Amino acid sequence: MKSAPFDYVKPASLEEALELRRRHGADSAILAGGQSLIPDFNQRLRSAATVIDINGLSALSSIEESEDIVSLGAISRYREIQASTLIAEHAPLLKMAIPEIGSPAIRNRGTIGGSVSMADPGAELPACLCALGANFELARAGSKRMIAAQDFFTGRYETALDNDEILTRVDVPKSRIGFQSAFGEIARRKTGSAMCGVAAHGKATHQSIQDLKMVFFGIDETPILAVKTISVIEGSAINDVATAELAAALSDDLHPFDDLHCSAKLRMHYATVLTQRVLAQFVSAHGEV
Amino acid sequence: MTTDKRLISLSVNGELQAKIIEPRMSLADFLRIELELTGTHVGCESGVCGACTVNINGQTARACTMLAVQVEGDEVTTIEGASESGELLDLQDAFHARNALQCGFCTPGMLMMSAELLTQNSKPCRQEIREYLSGNYCRCTGYEAIIDAVETVSQTRNARVGEQYD
Ligand SMILES: Cc1cc2nc3c(=O)[nH]c(=O)nc-3n(C[C@H](O)[C@H](O)[C@H](O)COP(=O)(O)OP(=O)(O)OC[C@H]3O[C@@H](n4cnc5c(N)ncnc54)[C@H](O)[C@@H]3O)c2cc1C
Ligand code: FES
Ligand code: FES
Repeated sequence: MKSAPFDYVKPASLEEALELRRRHGADSAILAGGQSLIPDFNQRLRSAATVIDINGLSALSSIEESEDIVSLGAISRYREIQASTLIAEHAPLLKMAIPEIGSPAIRNRGTIGGSVSMADPGAELPACLCALGANFELARAGSKRMIAAQDFFTGRYETALDNDEILTRVDVPKSRIGFQSAFGEIARRKTGSAMCGVAAHGKATHQSIQDLKMVFFGIDETPILAVKTISVIEGSAINDVATAELAAALSDDLHPFDDLHCSAKLRMHYATVLTQRVLAQFVSAHGEV
Repeated sequence: MTTDKRLISLSVNGELQAKIIEPRMSLADFLRIELELTGTHVGCESGVCGACTVNINGQTARACTMLAVQVEGDEVTTIEGASESGELLDLQDAFHARNALQCGFCTPGMLMMSAELLTQNSKPCRQEIREYLSGNYCRCTGYEAIIDAVETVSQTRNARVGEQYD
C-alpha cells in the first residue's frame, strides 16, 4: 500500500521545528529514522497532514559527556550509538541491546529518540533506559521539561509526549564503580520482535546483587520494573536465589499478553528463563560458582 | 487532499537526477517508477522483507522506509549500479554457482546486504552471515545456499589478499 499524501517540511533549526510543531500539533508527525513511521504510513495505520523531518537538526545528533551523564541527541542512530566509545565505557547496556534491534539496514537509520517516542512494548531501548535511570528532555516552543524514563512510558505506543513537543535529548547517568549490566531477549529470529526481554543494571559483589534495576519488555504494555522480583534477588545470596520464590514474584510483577507470536503463558515462562540468564551474567562476572 | 510536488536532485548510481515528485513517494517507488530502475524490489513496503535494500551514502537502507524527498543531495546506489561497477561480481557468481537464488525476488537485497557485511567484516563466520541477513526474507532457497555463497566469497577474497603477500 502507499502512504496518504502529506506536506513535508525539513526545518533547519530546532526553533523552527518547535514552531512548526506548535502550529501543526496533532496534525503533524515528526520524522526521525522513519523506520516505524514510514511503514505505518505505507500501511495506512497512520497519516499526518504535515511531516516535520528533524534529520537536518545537527543539534540533535551528538553524543556528549558531562561529569555524571552521557547525553544522546534524539537523532543519534543505533549504528552511531553502537560505535560510540563513550557509550561503550559508560552505558554498555545499550551496546548489549542494539544488535537485537531489526536488521543492520534498520539500525543504519533508526534513532534513539524515535525508539523512545514510538514506545513499542517490544522495543529494547525503552527498557534499557528505564533500567539505567535515564531522563528525557522534551521541548516545546519557548520551554522545555525533563522527565524520567520510568514516567515517560504510559501505555502501549503511548507516552507523556504532547502533540506540540519534540523529544530532544536522552540523558543516561554514567555507570558507577562496581555496577554492571546484563541483558537477555528471546525472539523468533535474531532481529525479530522480542517475545520477552529483560534489561538489568545493578551492583554485584560475591555475596549479593544490590541497587538492582531489572526491567522487562515485550511482555507487558510498557517497560516494567520488576519490583517484587528485584527484592527477592536483593534479599538472596547471589548464587542461591530460590526458583519458586522468583516465579511467584515474577507473576506478581508482570501481566503478559497473548499475540500471534507467543502466548501469555509462554511469555511468563520466558521471563523466568531470562531472569536466570541475567543472574548467571552477574554471577559469571564475579567468578562465583 | 493534494500536496505540493517538489523538485529533488540526487545522485543515483553516479548519475545526477532531478525530478518533481510528491513528498509521499517512497525512495523505492521513485527508483522504480521515476527512474525505471526495477532491480530494487518491493515486497512488504514496511521494512520487514529487505527486497528493496539500497545503499545511501555508503550505508544500506530500506528504500521503502525512506521518502524520496529525504535523499535530496545524497548518493544512492542500487543493485543496477553495484552490478555495473563490478563490485558484486564475485558475489553474483557465487550465488549463481551455489543456486542461492530461485525466483530471484530477494536477490538484489541479499546482495546489497552481503556486500555491506563483507566490507565491515572480511571473515564473518556462518552465524554472523546468518545474523546480518536475518532481516532479509527468501521464500525459495531455505537460506543455506545463500550463507554458503557469501562464505565462499569471503574465503576467496581472503585467499586473494593472502596471495598478494606470498
Ligand atoms: C523490520 C523492522 C524491524 C524492527 N525491529 C525492531 C526491534 O527489534 N526492536 C526495536 O526496538 N525496534 C525495531 N524496529 C523499529 C525501529 O527500531 C525504529 O527505528 C524505531 O521504532 C523508531 O525510530 P525511528 O528513529 O525510525 O523513528 P520514526 O519512525 O521516524 O518515528 C517513530 C515515532 O516517533 C515519533 N518521533 C520520532 N522521533 C521523535 C522525537 N525526537 N520527538 C518526538 N517524536 C518523535 C514519530 O513521529 C513517530 O510517531 C523495527 C523496524 C522495522 C522496520
Ligand atoms: S519492500 Fe522494503 S523491506 Fe520489504
Ligand atoms: S529466491 Fe525467491 S525469494 Fe529468494
